[in-house]
Amino acid sequence: MHRTFDEVNEKIKSGEAVVMTAEEFIALTKEKGVKAATVEVDVVTCATFGPMCSSGAFLNFGHSDPPMRMAEIWLNDVQAYGGLAAVDTYIGATQPSETQGMEYGGAHVIQDLIDGKKVRLRARSYGTACYPRREIDTYITLDDLNQAYLYNPRNAYQNYAAATNSTDTPIYTYMGILLPKMSNVTYSTSGELSPLLKDPDLRTIGVGTRIFLGGAIGYVAWEGTQCTLNRAEADDGVEWRAGATIAVVGNLREMNTRYIRAAVYEKYGISMFVGIGMAMPVLDEELAKQLAKGNDRLYTKVFDYGVPSRSRPDFGWFNYAQLRSGSIEINGNRIPTAPLSSLKIAREIAEKLRDMIIKGEFLLTEPVAKLPMEGKFKPLEIRGD
Amino acid sequence: MKTIKVALFFPRERIEDPVIYTLSKNYDLMFSILQAEIYPGESGRTIIALTGTEENIEKGLEYCRSIGVEARIFDKSIIHNDDLCVDCGACTAVCIPGALYLDEKGSLKFDPEKCHACGHCVKACPMRAIDLNVFI
Repeated sequence: MHRTFDEVNEKIKSGEAVVMTAEEFIALTKEKGVKAATVEVDVVTCATFGPMCSSGAFLNFGHSDPPMRMAEIWLNDVQAYGGLAAVDTYIGATQPSETQGMEYGGAHVIQDLIDGKKVRLRARSYGTACYPRREIDTYITLDDLNQAYLYNPRNAYQNYAAATNSTDTPIYTYMGILLPKMSNVTYSTSGELSPLLKDPDLRTIGVGTRIFLGGAIGYVAWEGTQCTLNRAEADDGVEWRAGATIAVVGNLREMNTRYIRAAVYEKYGISMFVGIGMAMPVLDEELAKQLAKGNDRLYTKVFDYGVPSRSRPDFGWFNYAQLRSGSIEINGNRIPTAPLSSLKIAREIAEKLRDMIIKGEFLLTEPVAKLPMEGKFKPLEIRGD
Repeated sequence: MKTIKVALFFPRERIEDPVIYTLSKNYDLMFSILQAEIYPGESGRTIIALTGTEENIEKGLEYCRSIGVEARIFDKSIIHNDDLCVDCGACTAVCIPGALYLDEKGSLKFDPEKCHACGHCVKACPMRAIDLNVFI
């Protein structure tokens, strides 16, 4: 049984495609087996809605009169990048406000823009013959901008490590508040719904892949930063993948803040919840076997964030069924577990994408170029001259 | 007999008064201290569970108010803002008594009976959707 992207798209156009969310597909394979499910189902949708710090947006303001080459830019007192052309900028999600600190940042600016709110734009410049203006202080909305598109350099981590804290004091991290003496464990991946985890060899995901992004239709732009395809064996011999990421792009104007939302992690900083949905054509039984993997067959490691080092010690492998059960056992102690990404909204996105495909509103794209299948995550060494 | 949870706010001049002792001795109320924050010379806040007859609880709270100790009883309904909440679960990671939890559908639920009003969830919520408006 083999399918091509074109065959699947023809079925979508004619309204005959059978589309399921990853959770529905897993249930079907348990009932009928992978072989029968491969024949029956054309497309499986996956999704995630969690904090993704490496996010931001390119904006173009248009020219004032007299015009200005904006060198230093602030949006609601959050600094945006001034090193592009005259009125282009990039606002990064994690940049904190200069007046409100960590409680408001670049992610909030992006959220306010999507919500149609007025945003204060201030900029300074040194003035040139062609761009004489040196200062500007005005208000903009998303409608005023020429272009406004999200470009997130690293999203949708294939699989992310879980966190705990062995020290005697609470620590405040991007993995949430980790209580002392290993009193909690947090994890972020959406398990059996996680897009890159369900197509671990990225057979259906590459440059140009159409995706659901923050409520809009977006695309995979490139490999994500730090993208590697690590492989390892979990305790029970189940293969485990971790490091693939994608860079994604999409039109801010089409987004909906139900699916893209600013977040604040206490004493850590600002992040952005990004909703990403992906649709995998069931190319063959081999891919179906991957898509059929449930939480009990998808593993991650729990690391000790109490050790502030690049190579933190770990407490071994746990599968997502264990993590989702509410507690896991480490060294004989039961430790409560909690997610950081929203399963509820990930499910909602997977269902929404499924319904869009059934209605013929979303066609699948064959990758224009593959993402790199090899690669090493290089550390940064601290060197003198 | 009934049990209520109440937060007592002590003004500076009442910090050293044996208020909880008085509640127990004069109004026959059993107490369990769930949380206490005392800043000598400034103010204090204690969260206690009080058990007794309805009449004695009323009288005890009236006594607190009469000496300038504000007594706020926990509300049973309000804790988080549904419009802001994305049901991520970050608050559940720090809720030791298990008052905040995710149900099977992944929706955040709150059991006021278990809440100690420690306030950890307020800090842990990345959407800033929880506030300490848990009192009536």
